[in-house]
Amino acid sequence: MTLHLAVALDGAGWHPAAWRAEGARPDRLFTPGYWAELVAEAERGLLDFVTFEDALGLQSSHLNEPDGRLDQVRGRLDAVLIASRVAPLTSRIGLVPTAGTTHTEPFHVAIGIASLDHISRGRAGWRPQVSGRPDQVAHFGRRPPFPPQDYSPDRDGAFGEHVRDLFAEAADVVEVVRRLWDSWEDDAEIRDVATGRFIDRDKLHYIDFSGDRFSVKGPSITPRSPQGQPLVTSLAHDTVPYEFAAKGADVVYVTPRDREDATAIVERVRAAEAAVGRTEPPLRILADLVVFLDARDAAGRKARLDDLDGAELESDARVFTGTPGELAALLLDWRNAGLAGFRLRPGVLPHDLAAITRGLVPELRAAGAFRTAYDTGDLRGRLGLARPASRYAKAS
Amino acid sequence: MTKQIHLAAHFPGVNNTTVWSDPASGSQIDFDSFRHLAQTAERGKFDFFFLAEGLRLREAKGRIHDLDVVGRPESLTVLSALAAVTTHLGLAATVNSTFNEPYEVARRLATLDHLSGGRAAWNVVTSFDAFTGENFRRGGFLAEADRYTRAKEFLQTARELWDSWAPDAVAADRESGRFLRPGGVAPFRHQGRHFDIAGLFTTPRGPQGHPVIIQAGDSAEGREFAASSADVIFSRHSKLEEGRAFYRDVKRRLAAYGRRPEDLKILPAVTYVLGDTEAEARERAVEIRRAQVSPQTAIYFLEAVWGRDLSGYDPDGPLPDVEPNLDEGVTKGHAAFRRDRGEVVAKWRALAEEKNLSIRELAIEVSAPQTFIGTPRAVADEIDRFVQTDAADGFIFVPHLTPGGLDDLVGKVVPLLQEKGVFRADYTGPTLRDHLGLSPRTPNRTEEI
Repeated sequence: MTLHLAVALDGAGWHPAAWRAEGARPDRLFTPGYWAELVAEAERGLLDFVTFEDALGLQSSHLNEPDGRLDQVRGRLDAVLIASRVAPLTSRIGLVPTAGTTHTEPFHVAIGIASLDHISRGRAGWRPQVSGRPDQVAHFGRRPPFPPQDYSPDRDGAFGEHVRDLFAEAADVVEVVRRLWDSWEDDAEIRDVATGRFIDRDKLHYIDFSGDRFSVKGPSITPRSPQGQPLVTSLAHDTVPYEFAAKGADVVYVTPRDREDATAIVERVRAAEAAVGRTEPPLRILADLVVFLDARDAAGRKARLDDLDGAELESDARVFTGTPGELAALLLDWRNAGLAGFRLRPGVLPHDLAAITRGLVPELRAAGAFRTAYDTGDLRGRLGLARPASRYAKAS
Repeated sequence: MTKQIHLAAHFPGVNNTTVWSDPASGSQIDFDSFRHLAQTAERGKFDFFFLAEGLRLREAKGRIHDLDVVGRPESLTVLSALAAVTTHLGLAATVNSTFNEPYEVARRLATLDHLSGGRAAWNVVTSFDAFTGENFRRGGFLAEADRYTRAKEFLQTARELWDSWAPDAVAADRESGRFLRPGGVAPFRHQGRHFDIAGLFTTPRGPQGHPVIIQAGDSAEGREFAASSADVIFSRHSKLEEGRAFYRDVKRRLAAYGRRPEDLKILPAVTYVLGDTEAEARERAVEIRRAQVSPQTAIYFLEAVWGRDLSGYDPDGPLPDVEPNLDEGVTKGHAAFRRDRGEVVAKWRALAEEKNLSIRELAIEVSAPQTFIGTPRAVADEIDRFVQTDAADGFIFVPHLTPGGLDDLVGKVVPLLQEKGVFRADYTGPTLRDHLGLSPRTPNRTEEI
């Protein structure tokens, strides 16, 4: 069976000093050509999809406020718009931008991702992202200040409560977005000249969502998209986000440190599915790794970047340095923990992306573990997910 | 001095102007339709491509209105994709200031400006209806009187965000290890009636500095807002005399803001029909209006004015003898029916009687005729006359067909305008500000609108 392989695109790469690396083009980060070339490279490697990071605030090495640093990449373009900018230039690869659940209107997310699915002909996904950052709250001025984030082991219960609230709200946002995606049945547009009707309005549905925090009426203004339900993916590190993913996502990204950790995390994800009463299909579990790949001395290259940045790279995900062959061996070992595949975060762009598509992919292919051509289906189909009927369609 | 004409293309909308019953009518949602129309406009060297917005589906008699085209994509998402398949065409999105926040809108527009190489435009609109607000978590109901205060403050806040990044903020200098220049990104702080926000903006200043600002308001307040803040007016005054009056009135207001007449372009939205002869064009114009007003649409028009269910009436029969219900409205989310309905009923009855019109004939009669009807030569002359006599600086063309509705305009009329020397033979710069002849925006951190 083929491994699922995605690449996470962010700025100049996942190392904070990536923009200073050999071959980096930091002056092009905010140009369309930069993103088009990266996604074209990923598509040449026949990868399942690429993700685009985003946030409603400037990057910071501090958890709660800006850090004032001038020596790292700061500034971003909107991820949904980057994804749609590259959509007409590609034909197979999945496009999965991040959009927030804390400050962004679910209605706008729903029509944005559905539009991306129309434009890309069934290649759109979404990574809903919760924001607990107090500084971002002030960018909107619409809700009471957030408490400082605290992920220390001895944090108090109040912060945990706050996080649970944010994820509960995010679950409502995902529910609203999914209902809006279903609010037009596939055959709602009829163009019936005899009766003068463009649509059969019985096939458009109010979603009438009403939760503790907000309500949304519907229906969407955007007709149902090629996939019906674009792929929803979520990054998770703990029980609350595992359960959030189990409730609303199709794919979950996890961050095991090693093979045993991967086994334990897969068990926790499956337990979360049971806890929220998830029905089929099970979450596709992809493990995230930050990767530095070279034929020799990738560790040395990474160490030089650490020196430039003044600190060793810290990451929520395992940091891998080595050859593409060594990474292939690791992935083939870890997959036995029950992982459907991996989302790789290139340490440096475009260097480590090209090492994935031109080094890792051939290694995996030689092991019979990666596709030799794209299928013809949509992104859901590639992940083994059927196209769901609208939840509002009457069974005929 | 001969004025140069500016042209824009409006993607067909979700109202009865757009004819869907024609066999040549294509998808309103497929990306190929957007690509076709945008590439046609670019072939014609148009200034920009325009997308409208409506964040709730229209309703009639408590149900979703089903007689017109329904369904649209999210504007900025489509425009960003169109940036990949066009090279010079400006890309204008209508984005509502009631159901959005400045931080997000400013970053999305700055993003489009980057991803299009300086071709972004923003049509600033403000709704006040609670009906649309039901689709949004914050509701978003505004008092009608607050429309312009909200729009103004929203735009001002967006400008503060764009200006918080200096044009040269990104150094990306490997040698010195400085990605940002010191002081290149300033914190913002906006405290006002509608917005109280502070922090750091995420997106570097776009190639145009600020996207081109479009405004469509027509009231005295709207005109003042446009005179103070907009680069383009999307105008409804497409008749020669009223166009001139509007043009004079708006241009006159500019001096108070230290602006020159050429700093604000006035572009009425217009429709057109071509024929090989004048008679043929007139005949086609009538056919199109018949297609725009189906029997069911005719009844719907009357219901909107009468304020009651008229489904029992024959569209080919006489006007309803029942009196209008002026206390009730039957349509929602449809901007066209907010005028004095009692007066309209009286006027329509008199007209129907005078000309012996059926319901449908009346509905066709009172629907707006196409602005320009004639041979390509006649239409080109007329367009030029409007512009040279100061009824407009150019036009936003609203085709009645998706996606081929501008094919003949671009194929037959644009070359004549180019021949006359009143419309560009090719683009002379990369940005929309270049096309419109607008000066670039210089950053101003204490700007007042």
